[in-house]
This record gives sequence, C-alpha cells and structure tokens, in this order.
Amino acid sequence: MAIFSEHEREHVMETLGELERNVKLIFFTQDFECESCRQSHELLKELADLSDKLSLKVYDFKEDKEIVEKYRIDKIPALAVEGEKDYGIRYFGTPAGYEFAALLENILDVSRGTVELSEETTEELQEIDSLIHIQVFVTPTCPYCPRAVRTAHKLAQANDWIQADMVSATEFPHLANKYDVFSVPKVIINEGIEFEGALPERHFVQHILMAASSRT
Amino acid sequence: MYDLAIIGGGPAALSGAVYAGRKRLDTVLIAKEIGGQLLLTSGIENYLGFESITGAELADKFANQMAQYDIDEIIGEKVVELFKQDYFFKIRTEGDQWSEARAVILASGKRSRTLNVPGERELTGRGVAYCATCDAPLFAGRKVAVIGGGNSAFEAVIDLLPIATEIFLIDIAPHWFADQILIDRIEESPKVKSFQLHRVVEILGERRVSEIVIEPIEGGEIKQFNVQGVFVEIGLVPNSEFVEGLVKMNQYQEIIVDCHARTNVPGLFAAGDVTDVPEKQVIISAGEGAKAALSAYRYLIRQKGQV
Repeated sequence: MAIFSEHEREHVMETLGELERNVKLIFFTQDFECESCRQSHELLKELADLSDKLSLKVYDFKEDKEIVEKYRIDKIPALAVEGEKDYGIRYFGTPAGYEFAALLENILDVSRGTVELSEETTEELQEIDSLIHIQVFVTPTCPYCPRAVRTAHKLAQANDWIQADMVSATEFPHLANKYDVFSVPKVIINEGIEFEGALPERHFVQHILMAASSRT
Repeated sequence: MYDLAIIGGGPAALSGAVYAGRKRLDTVLIAKEIGGQLLLTSGIENYLGFESITGAELADKFANQMAQYDIDEIIGEKVVELFKQDYFFKIRTEGDQWSEARAVILASGKRSRTLNVPGERELTGRGVAYCATCDAPLFAGRKVAVIGGGNSAFEAVIDLLPIATEIFLIDIAPHWFADQILIDRIEESPKVKSFQLHRVVEILGERRVSEIVIEPIEGGEIKQFNVQGVFVEIGLVPNSEFVEGLVKMNQYQEIIVDCHARTNVPGLFAAGDVTDVPEKQVIISAGEGAKAALSAYRYLIRQKGQV
C-alpha cells in the first residue's frame, strides 16, 4: 500500500524539484525485516522514486559487515543521507511524522552541499578537532523535535568531526531508558553532555564546544 | 531602526506580519519559534478555509504566507526586556540581541502553567512533562498522573490510554471542565483513577519521578502513588512578564487592549492570547493580529509628522 497520498506525493515532488546535486539514501535493514524496518524501507523506496537525483541503496545489517562498520551502524532501521561525501548524517528509526519534513530539508541541504549557519557558529565549529557524536532522541508526535534534529544534522554537514543521529525513542526504548529520556527532544553529546529542548543554534553549539573541550 | 517589531510567532504575530508586510512597514518578527501554540494542537477543524488541518501544517501555511513579504526574523530568541525611550522602543532578547522599533505588537501568547510544588522544577524532563503530545509515547508500560480537569488534561489521558498501565487523573475542581465527548471516552476505562477535589502536594524522585503525593483540598488523608510520569495540564499563563510595569494588565496578567488592539502605552499594541480579549482561538488571534498591524500602521503614519 502506498505511504504517500496523491497530494503528499505532489508536494514532495515539488520540494525535490529543488535538488541540485545527487543525493544517496543509504539504508540498513535485514533480510527478515522488523516492523519499523519494513515501514522505513517502504517510505524511502517511495521517496527515492520521486526524483531522479535521489537514489536508494539498501544494505543488510548482518551480511554487509564492512559497510555497516564504515557507516558506524549499530542498530536498524538506519539511514545515512550522503551527498558528495558522507557528512555523518544518520537516522536511527523511521523518519516519519514530524521528522519527515526534517528529512526533506536535510536532503535539500545535502544536495546543495552547503548549510545555512550563522557566522559565529561557522567560526566556532573550526575549533573542533576531535570526534563529536550527537544523538537527538525524538518521538514522531513531537513538533519541537525536528528543529533539534535539523540543527544537529546541519552541524554535522558543516564539520567533518561531527556525526549527528536522529534516534527514535519509541523504536529504541532500551536507549531511551539508558539515557533517561523522559522528555523530547533530548540531546546527548559524546555520552557526557546532555540537554532537553530544541535550543537555538548558538546554544546548541556551546554544548558541543563543552563536549569538545572536556575530551582534550 | 524598524518601523514595527512583532513579538511572538503564533497566529496573531504571523497575521500581523502579513498585514505589516502589505503596508510595506519595515518590520522585524522576534519569536522563540514559529507556530506558537499551534504546534501543540493536533487537529484544527474550526479555522475557516480548512475543514481539518494539523496545527503544524497551519503554522507552515502561515509562515509561508509571511515569507511572501520582506520581514526580518529573529527566531529562537525569547524577549526578556522591552522599554520605551523617547519616541521608540528598545527590545532585548535572552541572547542579548537588541532591536529598536517605533511601534511594537506584543503577540507573545501563553505557556503552560506550573503547579509550583516541591519536586516539580527539579524533575522537569525527568518525568514531569508539559507536552503530552511529545512525551506520552515515552511512558509505555508505566504508571502516570495527569493533573487538570479541562480539555488538555483529558486529551493527555486519551494520548496515554493505549500506552500507560495506570493513569491517575487529579484535579482540584469538583467537576470536570472538559467537553463531555472527551469525558465519555475515558470514564469507561478501568485504567483511569480519578481524584477530584485533590491537590498535588509534592512530586518525589531522585533522578526521575517515582511518586506523587496528593491531598483532599478540604483536608483529610494524604495519598501517595507510585508513578513514573506527571503530566501537568492545568491551563496557561500569559507570556507578559517582560512588559510588567510598562503596560496595564488584568488580574490574570493578560495585557489590556481596547478595540483597536491598543495598550495604554502609545505605539505599543497587543494581540492574541497574551491579551484580555475573550476566547482564545486561532481565528480570533489571527484577526486581532491583523487589527493590531493596521492600528500600528495608522499610529506610524501619524507619528511620522512629529519626529
């Protein structure tokens, strides 16, 4: 059964009409798909069909060990959005509900190869010289979550040291439990730094800098 | 310096921005987020022109319409200070960004009211929640309490019904204020235990909520329940603190406006839920925002000759 209605399909096609360069959706699932893997897979298949500049490549979480390792995938369903290079943009869980709009914008950014960030942020990001791993926990019914996910993904695109994951709290309840996620969006940076809410870009970056400095 | 600063990002502010844009006023919109309370509304069926639309979709449409005009935006910033200096206003945000404008529309809306009981602040985000739409899915298989007796409390219970194992519904009033259609939907559920005429005394927990303590408002035995979540749905308070002492407000801290959306301060207008205009509805806020922008336009035209 089609996931997009005719109206949604038209809207998404119109948005994807703005794509500049090719974008690869690299999806990780397994032969016997979990329920949310199947849903994600369907969604991405339909999405990739809506633009010639969008392609979908599917890997098996168990079989394709090398690729799984290369993309640092430790759970499925997982998605990497790749443009000219792998920017470290990941989605763990289905990018559905409010997150779908964030995924579309993310695809446009990757296609352009640039992101809109303030001058201060761009400057501050240059200070980073060690790996930063951002996890943004979300629920599909949270209207504030896409903003936190977008900020994290933009920062990942702007800086090679940063990997940013959207993590669905309902699809990975053990992780929600591990990180005490009782409110979304909740952001975990390098295991040590955490905050709740969709903070403005500048404040988000301050937390990243804190994480970067606590490592050195 | 701008002609007009609009503070807020909900229907009143966005509608005001569209009207200001059409009058070619040099305008800045300062908001924590675009959408305001629309973002917390799952379905809207009484905004003319849309039989049924989600709050987020309507917010998007409003924002797209505003984008047709040349409006500067400062988004992600809360206004913390506003004062009048000579003939213009100075506005400061949380992040210390200053703006100046000859006229201002206050459309900063409302936010969730807090209980003000021990444990609430410390455990916010640790089980105490104010956005049931966002956070309900995180409480699968857990016991929760919902505080309040109006529509938003009942909607929170309905969101939690398929997820939580037990729901304590606690309210100080003797009867529910929610629509009967919502009351009917939850009263049949064995999961829901209701406590009317009870107040919350304390929320307990170390790293996360573990218990809630309640008592009858007329005295009597204190009750304590194991819960992992407390959803506070006891109404809203106006975001008007930053103009306290500057504009006249009513007993609920709502900004008093006349039928031209004027406050008692010349050049300072207000619209939407932050004002004392009765009935907080999207369509009413949008209309009030338009009115405030037109009033501001007239004020600016008259003021130009004097400066």
